[in-house]
Amino acid sequence: MTLTETLRFMWDILPELLQGLEVTIQLTAMSLAGGFVLAVPVALVRTYTRGPLNWPATAFVELFRGTPLLVQLYVVYYGLPELGFVLDRLLSAWIALFLNSAAYQSEYIRGAIQSVSRGQLLAARALGMRSLTAFRWVVLPQALRLALPSWSNEVAYMVKYVSVVYMIAVGELFTRGQLIITRTWKVGPTLFTVALIYILVVYAVTKVMDHVERRFRIPGLETGVEGREA
Amino acid sequence: MAEPILRIEDIHKAYGKTKVLRGVSFDVAPGEVVVIIGPSGTGKSTLLRCVNLLTVPDRGRVWLEGVELTDKAVDINKAREKIGMVFQEFNLFTHLTAVQNVMLALTKVKGMKTAEARARAERELEKVGLADKADLYPAELSGGQKQRVAIARALAMNPKVMLFDEPTSALDPELIGEVLEVMQALASQGMTMLVVSHELGFAREVADRIIFLEDGVIAEEGPPEQLFVNPRNPRTREFLYKLTELYGEHGEPKSRGRER
Ligand SMILES: Nc1ncnc2c1ncn2[C@@H]1O[C@H](COP(=O)(O)OP(=O)(O)OP(=O)(O)O)[C@@H](O)[C@H]1O
Ligand SMILES: [Mg+2]
Repeated sequence: MTLTETLRFMWDILPELLQGLEVTIQLTAMSLAGGFVLAVPVALVRTYTRGPLNWPATAFVELFRGTPLLVQLYVVYYGLPELGFVLDRLLSAWIALFLNSAAYQSEYIRGAIQSVSRGQLLAARALGMRSLTAFRWVVLPQALRLALPSWSNEVAYMVKYVSVVYMIAVGELFTRGQLIITRTWKVGPTLFTVALIYILVVYAVTKVMDHVERRFRIPGLETGVEGREA
Repeated sequence: MAEPILRIEDIHKAYGKTKVLRGVSFDVAPGEVVVIIGPSGTGKSTLLRCVNLLTVPDRGRVWLEGVELTDKAVDINKAREKIGMVFQEFNLFTHLTAVQNVMLALTKVKGMKTAEARARAERELEKVGLADKADLYPAELSGGQKQRVAIARALAMNPKVMLFDEPTSALDPELIGEVLEVMQALASQGMTMLVVSHELGFAREVADRIIFLEDGVIAEEGPPEQLFVNPRNPRTREFLYKLTELYGEHGEPKSRGRER
């Protein structure tokens, strides 16, 4: 293939890949959002309680951080139907991804909660705030800011991690790439295009998150919590 | 003596095997300023926290204006609104500006509208001389300014009693004065104050009574003249002597570095 032919080919498969990208972005966004909603209470419970609430939360986090995402995906996709829950592919993918992300996000938030000084919570309580009020208005806003750097990593990470759902043939970016390869046998140019799209998206995400971090920067709250290594 | 505004009765508190407080009782009259002194680890902070039940005593009772706070039926959050507390480490809310620090409990606890809370908070900041620092974050303030914001934050709730736990111990020596001045002004306006402090100059001038706490019990209490000039308990004399050695009359450290 000449260079022009290659470029032509890349240009031709672009629309199909962009459709896949749309699914990837949807799955990423939904997984991060769902993960976040679950992560906050899990972090809260793990930080502040002991006993009957704490151990399921801890077990959840350890389970999802301790096993490969692929295994989690298979359990959701093949395992749940055996228990009588039949889910479509996209929903299965989303469930596995958001549970996985919740486990990681809860750890970032927990770390961030712990780095908010206990004294501030004491001061809030001394002013007559109930514990949840104090958590909501004093601890959480700081914890979320402190978790932002690791959260940025998580976003970039999820964009790439979503690709494992090609195993159950959800039509996201990487799956589309695979389909094009089996159809055309043009492995190199296809993968190159896919990789290029990932790089651009991750770059854009990083830029946006940098901007968000700057936007929410507060003197005295600069130090962040590390995210998972990508 | 007038009806006490605050009554502490037989407070006991142990952490594991360590008996920190072993039966502390005293009354505080309205407008009275009581300074608590005592060696490190003797339970002064624990005692203050028992007053607003940030620490729940194992035994004993606390009354504020005739209401027993240690009674399970009492809403302790409501009661805490009436007890201001100032900490050694300031404990300002890092993510909020000075004025927002003062406003937070006004809106979230007292249910004030933002505009009203802001006006109130600005008045309180003005009283501690920080009107021009309202929109700075804690990290942008000096230690003395932080502590004055913390005092304004507590005062905004309209407390009946103010608790101070070593409010100047974390401050550089040159910043201690501005905080003590605010406290002195507060005392002269008739605020009831319970102050843990080793600022002997402040204790001598402002305190109506000094309590010397040692090993979890009150070793001696009385007016400043008694404790400074003619203490009944030899341990009091020894302790005050050591304090003067270490810090001098006005609390400036003579030789020891301060940790922050
Ligand atoms: N939450 C806690 N858990 C366990 N032990 C505690 C706790 N709080 C205080 N203690 C212990 O209780 C004792 C009294 O502590 P406290 O802080 O009341 O002393 P203090 O008189 O305020 O001392 P300092 O002058 O150093 O501030 C200390 O031995 C301390 O280690
Ligand atoms: Mg103390």
